[in-house]
Amino acid sequence: MVASSAPVSTTSSPVEQYNYDIVRKFTIMALVWGVLGMTAGVWIASELAWPFLNFDIAEITFGRLRPVHTTLVIFGFGGSALFATSYYIVQRTCQTRLFSDGAANFTFWGWQVAILAAAISYMLGYTQAREYAEMVWPIDLLIAVTWVVYLVIYVMTLRKRSQPHIYVANWFFIAFILATALLHIFNNMAVPVHMFSLESYSLHAGVQDAMTQWWYGHNAVGFFLTAAFLGMMYYFIPKQVGRPVYSYRLSIIHFWALIFLYMWVGGHHLHWTALPDWTSTLAAGFSILLLMPSWGGMINGIMTLSGAWDKLRTDPIIRFMVVSLSFYGMSTFEGPLMSLKSVNALSHYTDWTIGHVHSGALGWVAMISFGSFYHLIPRLWGTKMYSEKLIFAHFWLATIGIVVYISALWVAGIGQGLLLRAFDEYGNLAYTFIETVSFLHQPYVIRAFGGTLFLTGTILMGYNTLMTILKAKKEQAEIEAKIAAKLANA
Amino acid sequence: MKHETIETNAGWLIALTLIVISIGGLVEIVPLYFIDSTIEEVKVENKDTIHPYSPLQLRGRDIYQREGCYTCHSQMIRPFRDEALRYGHYSLAAESKFDHPFQWGSKRTGPDLARVGKKYSNEWHVQHLIAPRSVVKESIMPNYGFLMKPLQYKNVRDRMRALKLVGVPYSESTEEYEANVKRFGEDIAKNLDILHAEENLLAQAAADNYDGNAKDVTEMDALVAYLQLLGTMVDFSKFDEGHFAKFR
Repeated sequence: MVASSAPVSTTSSPVEQYNYDIVRKFTIMALVWGVLGMTAGVWIASELAWPFLNFDIAEITFGRLRPVHTTLVIFGFGGSALFATSYYIVQRTCQTRLFSDGAANFTFWGWQVAILAAAISYMLGYTQAREYAEMVWPIDLLIAVTWVVYLVIYVMTLRKRSQPHIYVANWFFIAFILATALLHIFNNMAVPVHMFSLESYSLHAGVQDAMTQWWYGHNAVGFFLTAAFLGMMYYFIPKQVGRPVYSYRLSIIHFWALIFLYMWVGGHHLHWTALPDWTSTLAAGFSILLLMPSWGGMINGIMTLSGAWDKLRTDPIIRFMVVSLSFYGMSTFEGPLMSLKSVNALSHYTDWTIGHVHSGALGWVAMISFGSFYHLIPRLWGTKMYSEKLIFAHFWLATIGIVVYISALWVAGIGQGLLLRAFDEYGNLAYTFIETVSFLHQPYVIRAFGGTLFLTGTILMGYNTLMTILKAKKEQAEIEAKIAAKLANA
Repeated sequence: MKHETIETNAGWLIALTLIVISIGGLVEIVPLYFIDSTIEEVKVENKDTIHPYSPLQLRGRDIYQREGCYTCHSQMIRPFRDEALRYGHYSLAAESKFDHPFQWGSKRTGPDLARVGKKYSNEWHVQHLIAPRSVVKESIMPNYGFLMKPLQYKNVRDRMRALKLVGVPYSESTEEYEANVKRFGEDIAKNLDILHAEENLLAQAAADNYDGNAKDVTEMDALVAYLQLLGTMVDFSKFDEGHFAKFR
């Protein structure tokens, strides 16, 4: 299929050495889902500040839209960004074309259909009611098949590499693909109500179900949102600064430590619950240990950037990368802190958790993706970005947006936690629950504002990318016209 | 083995990665199925007081899941003084042992619901669900007036069969029914009978008329029936103080 002898392709040279078409498609969809998912996020944040925004419409109530937001951002935006960058990186670092264009296209359509179907089905009320695993069973099956094909493509491409060595970014991607398969399959085991019903009941119940779910849930963070994005970091940061990875030895140590330790920590989501103490204590212990490999990755990234600090003034892409690593370091410090039982007693069930997730998801995951995409897009379409000014504007909107967002939720979370455990002089509760809800109004308004800033930045990126693609098409057409004119004159 | 071997061989890389990522889950999850003290035994007069949901309550729970109530409400009370005063006795593992899936939640934008059952009247719940701010001025909960529509219950038997398959003791045969009578008492066992599920559902809705509308069985009936059961299955006055502490 690759070897077709079509003389002139409209976008680039007749047969590309690498399969960039699949990378381009996933890149575009990452931005589409990013804008949609973050819009849903701003909307539900606003519903909490101004509940009339639920408009008595079942499909857009907070409870149904919240999984739409998380799924579109984590799996739509994050997932598509990972497909795009991993397919790019595995080809570049193995110096070989991706295994099977057809299979790669299958993963594209499988993934996009799954995301779209998930979003629509949640709004219609079809859900497994398990956080970050709300997809109903037929969508789970589609994801499982797509994922296995992804694994096959990745491994087959590695096997036909023309380099003896497997580059470090690929280790992280392999760990991410394997772990996600394991987590997805075991966490979604369920019995359908009927062969033709979208509904199902989870195989596990109660305590075991909770532990399985948070083993999955936290490793969606650990592997989907961390290990894989470290893979992204290990390729695009050295490329953008033009320096080798700071320490190869450190990357080996923190890789194995990270993937081993992450799998133990899910139980810290269940401190003080009916989960046995031994399990959550073990999880807390491993959570604290996890600080070390997390910071190993951050230090390796920062030290790779070190020596190119002068570029911070001129290169907005490096700014995205520095900020992303800073947030990675910050949230991987905050995480172990929150996994301590005494801290968790206050923070659990409050908005502090939501703030923590967003400092990781916006600060680390989205920022490293933006930086990588700004590096990638000009190379994929063979032109320069349409506007560097817009990249700077995006950078500031995103950075200020996150800071506003997480600060508001620190106030909300710690404040509510303290109010709920306050007693008066007679030993009675000092506040009713609803008083703490009133207290949350202001932080919720500010959070929605911070989210809006971040969303605006992402929309600017979408516009910038669209204009870049149109520019590339125009430039290509001009070149072709010139060639045609020359041929006609000859 | 030198690390270079792994770096140059995809097979080694995959095999070792798989081993390394499997250990945590195996050590932390598998024992939960085998250590007896994980789930407390809660018996009063030799009967299990924690029982599966009646058909109407089960449909109510389905609606609780469908609406994503777990995104704002937890069902897991922690053993703290403020939570004891606000919500009641801390939650037992046994109280969610028939919950497929669990609904402990992770966020309290609204209060915990683990023991909300029987704290408010049916009328209060219906009014609060239809227009939360008419009851609690500062509430930020959406209006759930759309639940006043007829409840779909035709496939309730399929639902109970699916749950039976994953281990919930709903009964189909006489032996299973008898076992349930012995385990939970006759009143409960009747409601666990799959073959009479539809009539039991209608009978419960008619008897308690949760939504104040005697004519139709609505989604509101089912949801309120479920909410009114939450946290009511264990009578803690029947147990010594500290009885359940030994399981933690």
